[in-house]
Amino acid sequence: MAAALEILFTASFWVAAVRIASPLIFATLGELICERAGVLNLGIEGIMVAGAFAGWITVYSGGDLWTGVAVAALTGAAFGLLHGLLTVPLGLSQHVTGIGITLLATSLTYYTYRLALPEVTSPPKIEAFRPLEIPVLSDLPLIGPALFAQTPFTYLAFVAAALVAWLLYRTPLGLALRAAGENPDALEAQGLSVTAIRMGAVAAGSALMAVGGAFLTMSAFNSFFFEMVNGRGWVCIALVVFGSWRPGKALLGAILFGAFDAYQVRLQGVVGDAVPYQVFLMLPYVLSILALVAVSRRASYPRALMVPYRKGER
Amino acid sequence: MTGAAAAPVVLRLEGVTKRFGPLTANDAISFALRRGEVVALLGENGAGKTTLMSILFGHYLADAGRVAVEGRPLPPGDTRAALAAGLAMVHQHFTLADSMSVLENIALGTQPLWSPRLDRGRALKRIREMSADFGLEVDPAARIADLSVGERQRVEILKALYREARVLILDEPTAVLTPQESEALFATLRRLVARGLAIIFISHKLGEVMAVSDRVLVLRAGRLVGERATAETDRHALAELMVGAEIARPDIGPAQPGPALVEMKGVTVGGLGPIDLTLRGGEITGIAGVSGNGQAALAEVLSGTLAPEAGTLAIEGRAAGAWSPRAALASGIARVPEDRHGVGVIGDMSVTENLVAEAYRAPAFSRRGWMKRPAARDFARRVIRDYEVKCPGPEAPARLLSGGNMQKLILGRALDGAPRIILASQPTRGLDVGAVAYVHARLLEARARGAAVLLISEDLDEIMALSDRIHVISRGRLSPASARGELSIREIGARMAGLGFDHAA
Amino acid sequence: MRLEPRIASPAQTILYPVAAFAATFAFAALLVLMAGVSPLGVFRLVFLGAAGSQFALLETLTRATPLIFTGLAVTVAFRAKLWNIGAEAQLYIGAVVTVVLGTGAVAAPSWVLVPLIALAAMLAGGLLLLGPALLKTRFGVDEVVTTLLLNFIVLLFVSMLLEGPLKDPMGLGWPQSQRVVAEAQWPRLVQGKRLHMGFPVAILAALAVWLMLARSVLGYEMRAVGHNAAAARFAGIPVNRVLALTALISGGLAALGGVSEVSGLKGNLTLDLSPGFGYTGIVVAMLALLHPLGVVASAIFVAGIFVGADAMSRAVGVPSYIADVMTATALLTMGTAIVFTRYRIRWR
Repeated sequence: MAAALEILFTASFWVAAVRIASPLIFATLGELICERAGVLNLGIEGIMVAGAFAGWITVYSGGDLWTGVAVAALTGAAFGLLHGLLTVPLGLSQHVTGIGITLLATSLTYYTYRLALPEVTSPPKIEAFRPLEIPVLSDLPLIGPALFAQTPFTYLAFVAAALVAWLLYRTPLGLALRAAGENPDALEAQGLSVTAIRMGAVAAGSALMAVGGAFLTMSAFNSFFFEMVNGRGWVCIALVVFGSWRPGKALLGAILFGAFDAYQVRLQGVVGDAVPYQVFLMLPYVLSILALVAVSRRASYPRALMVPYRKGER
Repeated sequence: MTGAAAAPVVLRLEGVTKRFGPLTANDAISFALRRGEVVALLGENGAGKTTLMSILFGHYLADAGRVAVEGRPLPPGDTRAALAAGLAMVHQHFTLADSMSVLENIALGTQPLWSPRLDRGRALKRIREMSADFGLEVDPAARIADLSVGERQRVEILKALYREARVLILDEPTAVLTPQESEALFATLRRLVARGLAIIFISHKLGEVMAVSDRVLVLRAGRLVGERATAETDRHALAELMVGAEIARPDIGPAQPGPALVEMKGVTVGGLGPIDLTLRGGEITGIAGVSGNGQAALAEVLSGTLAPEAGTLAIEGRAAGAWSPRAALASGIARVPEDRHGVGVIGDMSVTENLVAEAYRAPAFSRRGWMKRPAARDFARRVIRDYEVKCPGPEAPARLLSGGNMQKLILGRALDGAPRIILASQPTRGLDVGAVAYVHARLLEARARGAAVLLISEDLDEIMALSDRIHVISRGRLSPASARGELSIREIGARMAGLGFDHAA
Repeated sequence: MRLEPRIASPAQTILYPVAAFAATFAFAALLVLMAGVSPLGVFRLVFLGAAGSQFALLETLTRATPLIFTGLAVTVAFRAKLWNIGAEAQLYIGAVVTVVLGTGAVAAPSWVLVPLIALAAMLAGGLLLLGPALLKTRFGVDEVVTTLLLNFIVLLFVSMLLEGPLKDPMGLGWPQSQRVVAEAQWPRLVQGKRLHMGFPVAILAALAVWLMLARSVLGYEMRAVGHNAAAARFAGIPVNRVLALTALISGGLAALGGVSEVSGLKGNLTLDLSPGFGYTGIVVAMLALLHPLGVVASAIFVAGIFVGADAMSRAVGVPSYIADVMTATALLTMGTAIVFTRYRIRWR
């Protein structure tokens, strides 16, 4: 029992928590932007896979790390534009299109991977991001290493959260984006294009999702392998609801989840063989479902989420 | 009246035409609007008024014709250009984001999208100034969801003024207002016009048109059939122009009230109640009030979609047990819902499948878990014939039906079994005169054969014309009933504003 | 740009879907070119691999069998707008029940054991989907996420079982279950080939689902709820009860797919029993426009792509993932084609 609690007081636990949370922060923010504008993006899982691969292969082919991040973002934006094109002007079912994008992005990624590296048995490695310690702050107990001795990619995640919050609440574009998710008629009446705003939001959100995927191959690990994303995208969908579609709460939710995941791994070490390791691996998914149930009662959905906007139909 | 005849022309339409397939919604419409004028655009539902304004505002592209604002041609199909030229529209269904604040709704789209900062301070100052200037009191920090309908309309008008509108178009603005609120709106319009705005006031209500406008343009079936100075015409002449024929007033015999078929005592649900309401057979009981006062909840209780949280509900003397739409139907309540498209009809299913939606479990339509499709089809053919539902056929998807025919389908489904209790919620909203007359005739027919009819409507004229007894609903409470003809519109309007209600109780 | 509802001519109803398939093949051809191989040659090999010989054809039908089951499961659920993305988990649960009951725990003749296992499996699959369905109706929790997350949870659960209580003691340490006993097996249809009883059972299931949706009271209620739940509720249809029954039937169909794969094809349960049948079932269902009889055709088509691509890949080296790309592309292009048959594009 004591050993189980002791885990919470080790620096390595908190470092791991923040590290595990980082890709989730990007992807949750990305989905949040899409849903705030009124579009559910179930392509998140596949876009993360595509981003993970795009970033990694850029570096593998000789590019530098930040170029890899940029390529991943562009890849995500491309899939996002496709999703936006199908769901916004053409009004296809957001559920079905999203699943289709996930399947497309994943299969294209695997196909390209096999094409590029046909003979590999173990995934090739790249030089991933290295931790960048911030002087003085990183010496603080527990939170020091957790928040200030991470890779630059993690710092970017926190910056992204702040930027998204500022965008949504302090800029005219953010106002328009929120209106698109609440009442698109309000946008049209003020001379703004719902289609443009929604598609832009989905593209930008998808870029963030792909960057989240790239974190996995360029910071958390240093190679790409199949089944890498492993359902993180779906967890992020739950985290958006859990965070009430607000960037600050989404950030906290991601860190909470990261902490839980980090805890579960370490708990295995303490509990040993008494409980099968699969039980621990299940816990994060179960937690996501429980979080959804707890929050769904009071969920304040963006009112126009998933309602296709048909101009002229009054 | 202002000296509007000499004022400069702010808006000119020439030959504007719009077709939707075989339907000509606007046929070569031409007119001019001058500064300081209030012009009413009068026509029944479906005459083409909203389409015309949508063209002005850039929602649709006209097939022919030109529009000029202050002499300059207006780029077609471009809402931004319309707004920049000084046109502004207050739509019938408000274009506000409920969870956002007044300030946010007004500021939306007024600052460059790529600006890194939303200047709330400047917007706040300007809104406060305009509020005071034009007498449109509203709290900029309030959430739209917390505002009354009248206040929301004020926000819509402020939106227009904020964008320095020179022509303000209002689409059926009084449909959702109490008589007193309508008066306040007219006063506001007069103030605006005195400051040099020009106003187009779209309506199908003759009384208002006479009260507020300087000139009346009458649209019928897409064509401009008359242009009159308001001072030189009257309701009767306008009505004839609007409809093109004499409208027969329905012949309403005296009521023969029977036993109490529905008795609600102390019923509370959500924001509604406690209310006491009795519906007698052979009578039409009207509930007057603008939306948002609890009508929806009342309709839902009678429909079975909401169960009362407190109080008793008795149908034909028997207390209602577990309450649900099925239970309501089984008790003999026929329902005509407020939302035709969303709740009354399943658009993607056929007319036949819609017609059996309430009765499909009856032995006539199913047996041992299997549907009897030939029987359903025969039933559908009969209802289509008896209720004059114009449709491609019983297998056609219901979404192809026009509003009026959809309502006839719903009426057919509800009334075919000669029900003893009928709930009609906003039954003629958005229908043309012919369809309205049809609905009224059917309701009166039901009354004549002894059914109890509950008519909930925002249209005060309709309530006063049809109801034998009238209750006013205000903030979830019902006024005592008044008999047909007992109260004037003013007196009813006063009740709608809360007079005589003990809202604190 | 606006979309205007319209009724498409019979020619257009065929033309647009055909164009969708053409676009799918065109995109695949592009990808094949990227691999430096001739697209026509590749398509020829795919076709031969799918239907070029009796062996190929039987393989295709064998591969189509679980896809028919999951396709039907998705069809039933999606028709009621219950977004069942968890057919994968439901299939595996069916397989688990098969192995729990069928590897010797229950001694009975085959005419008892086979239906018993099938029913038990269907019940398990149905209950697995009922959970998310109830969360939706009671708490408003979106079933997309819950069914998706359950896929991962159930797969871990199966892994746990295969390394624990269900582990085959004779399996040389591999995580696999024992083989089902002869009385629980579904017989092969063709001597020496892999096509088994699962295929005709799947066809029968498709017929049953079609009859149910088109003619039965429950089917009528399901369709009404799927088209407009608010209107259905208003008319007196018990929406929550219909959704619960839909969940039971949908989950049961997917689980039956698991029974079929274990009892008819593989003989035991391993972690790689399903290479994504649950997800591919979604594509199968959507390509069939959610029509149960169409599901049979689209399952065979999709299976052919996969079987053919496997064969082609062994021959020419183009990664077999081309099949996954093609099915995903077909899903999206078909969806677009449907929009064009229902609406006309008006540039204002």
